[in-house]
Amino acid sequence: MHVKIALAGNPNSGKTTLFNSLTGSNQYVGNWPGVTVEKKEGRLKNNKEAILIDLPGIYSLSPYTLEEVVARNYLLTERPDAIINIVDGTNLERNLYLTTQLLELGIPVVIAVNMMDVVNKRGDQIDLAKLGKELGCEVVGISALRGKGIIEVAQRAVTLAQTGKGTPCAHRFDAKVEAALAAIGAKLKPEIPQEQKRFYTIKLFERDEKIVGQLKTIPNVEPIIAEVETELDDDSESIITSARYTYIASLIKDSQRKKNKEKLTTSDQIDQIVTNRWLALPIFAVVMFLVYYVSVTTVGTFLTDWTNEVLFGEIIPPAVENFLVSINCAPWLQGLILDGIIGGVGAVLGFVPQMFVLFFFLAFLEDSGYMARIAFIMDRIFRKFGLSGKSFIPILIGTGCGVPGIMASRTIENERDRRMTIITTTFIPCGAKLPIIALIAGALFGGTWWVAPSAYFLGIAAIIVSGIILKKTKMFAGNPAPFVMELPAYHWPALTNVFRSMWERGSSFIKKAGTIILLSSIFVWLTSNFGVVEGKFSLVEDLSDGFLAVLGNVFAWLFKPLGWGTWQAAVATLTGLVAKENVVGTFGIIYGFAEVAEDGVEIWGTLANSFTPLSAYSFLVFNLLCAPCFAAIGAIKREMNNAKWTWFALLYQTGFAYAVSFGVYQLGNLFAGHGFSTGTAIATLLVVLLLYLLFKPYKKSTHSKTVTTFVG
Amino acid sequence: MKTLKTTKCGETVTVVKLHGDGAVRRRIMDMGITKDTEVYVRKVAPLGDPIEVNVRGYELSLRKADAETIEVR
Repeated sequence: MHVKIALAGNPNSGKTTLFNSLTGSNQYVGNWPGVTVEKKEGRLKNNKEAILIDLPGIYSLSPYTLEEVVARNYLLTERPDAIINIVDGTNLERNLYLTTQLLELGIPVVIAVNMMDVVNKRGDQIDLAKLGKELGCEVVGISALRGKGIIEVAQRAVTLAQTGKGTPCAHRFDAKVEAALAAIGAKLKPEIPQEQKRFYTIKLFERDEKIVGQLKTIPNVEPIIAEVETELDDDSESIITSARYTYIASLIKDSQRKKNKEKLTTSDQIDQIVTNRWLALPIFAVVMFLVYYVSVTTVGTFLTDWTNEVLFGEIIPPAVENFLVSINCAPWLQGLILDGIIGGVGAVLGFVPQMFVLFFFLAFLEDSGYMARIAFIMDRIFRKFGLSGKSFIPILIGTGCGVPGIMASRTIENERDRRMTIITTTFIPCGAKLPIIALIAGALFGGTWWVAPSAYFLGIAAIIVSGIILKKTKMFAGNPAPFVMELPAYHWPALTNVFRSMWERGSSFIKKAGTIILLSSIFVWLTSNFGVVEGKFSLVEDLSDGFLAVLGNVFAWLFKPLGWGTWQAAVATLTGLVAKENVVGTFGIIYGFAEVAEDGVEIWGTLANSFTPLSAYSFLVFNLLCAPCFAAIGAIKREMNNAKWTWFALLYQTGFAYAVSFGVYQLGNLFAGHGFSTGTAIATLLVVLLLYLLFKPYKKSTHSKTVTTFVG
Repeated sequence: MKTLKTTKCGETVTVVKLHGDGAVRRRIMDMGITKDTEVYVRKVAPLGDPIEVNVRGYELSLRKADAETIEVR
């Protein structure tokens, strides 16, 4: 018989470790429908009939954050057969706060007190039996990391799920509050299941607006609540939360003995250095440098070069070519497979090793607890631009490759901040854009020193400006995410978790983004190599006869106001969508070189004849800021988990790129003494618009809580 | 009115009342800062904001703007 078991607990309580231990490789990772919150599901290793659903890490079942709403909606509507509530034994007081709420749902609960090994090592004691008796449910001590007690917890949960007996809620509030709750309960319509009545009455008492919104008929309970509030001289939410913690304090007093009350824990000692006023930033810089150095500069590049030059240079293409020739494959199909598919897909897959290394480090930083310190240190700066302290990581990683950068935004809890970070991450030049910078700098600017830094400066400015502008729009406005964040104890991450996370992120990217990349590579190859020659549809020798050139001509007029309205530049930009390095390669092909150096030095002369320094810089600006390569677009699509938001991101980036590029070219012309024109007038208006958007006052959002506008 | 914002590092204070409203206030309460709770102010972040406190046995960080809504004695 199929049973559904939900796994609920605080963040940093070891939930992921427990989930992984219980399900092994039988897990599936996706998103909760329509939102950017990750959903994990799996079958129990030693009981394939039981499905374990990992709920997002939450501190409470309040209606205020997306994760909490997702979790409680699941618990109320899907009605799992049992809940495993994982609780951090070294942090019992705050963890039990969620427990008291879970026990009110009328679903059987078994509590797994985790990190018992650490508890014992510290010399602390927890009387699990007593705790269970007072709470009215089963309590099992475990150490998820060491694998102790896990099977027992799973078995108890399955047994509970099968017997179907709800855990009666043992906790009673103050007499006056209980009287009010009874009065409210009496007003509840019978459509609410008996075992859920307790949960609903308490939420109504707290004036929980999501619950109020869900009920078909809203009982008029305001007078009841108001009376108690006056009597106890406090608002209903405070009354309940305080009561819960008072109850927990009494539980703790009976069941827990702490040994060293005042001494600094190891984590606190580490933090004395790591978040020290003077050492924090230098240490952070060193950590980031190390991560970057290993994943991008050394190991990453080594693996990427090997993949590109050996795997996709010497091994796969010749093997495939031999095979295709041996089966007498038509030359054009050979071209499609070798140059189009393997060439296009291979270029992107070349980045995958680098990505895996980056993901490894990311998972390590997250699990160790250092990520929270980064947010703690960087928050002040990023708050100003409508981003979160944790937005720093995606942007830093984006300087190597935008794909893992975008995927790193998953660590940001607040959905608005997350979406904003996803949209702005690719503004910073990634590794693939460096050849474009080198090309323009070399061909049109004689290789002067300031072109490359200006590109990074532009990227950073674009992020900051976009953050400020978007934050002031209705979509992103509203109560900033409460930055009330736990700084979890440091611990050495379980390497299996780290590897599992690295593998999951890397392979999911390959699967999801891979389709887009495959299709687009085929498209680009077909349109480049086919065209209408003398009235007939055929293979073309010259790129300028192909369909892509036709497409380029269609777009060329769009780019005229930006100073580079030629089909060649348009085509180069379009192929940049597949992979940004293609821009240089495409120029090479257009100007007659089948292969060019990374910075395209062979075509500098020709390029200098087709562009002016100003139009070239405008071209650079556009390609730096516009929509990223298909691989990154795939990553955006995956992280946004919503078609409207993905389109918004791409249109915003491209629109922004167009506006900035336009401004650069038009105003540049003005300053170069070419006089005022319509273009200059429009550009000036754009600048004025930008200044307005930057400095206008913040809006109050129309709906003050978290539900995003584009859901569903 | 003394608030958590004006409390010096190293001081232990007791919460009197939570002003403010909505999501932030609820979040602060959910995390264990309720009436009559003891809070120890450990440090300030290197760039001046947020602050780190110890409450109910664990470390919590909050922005000074939110700390200002917590009245203490």
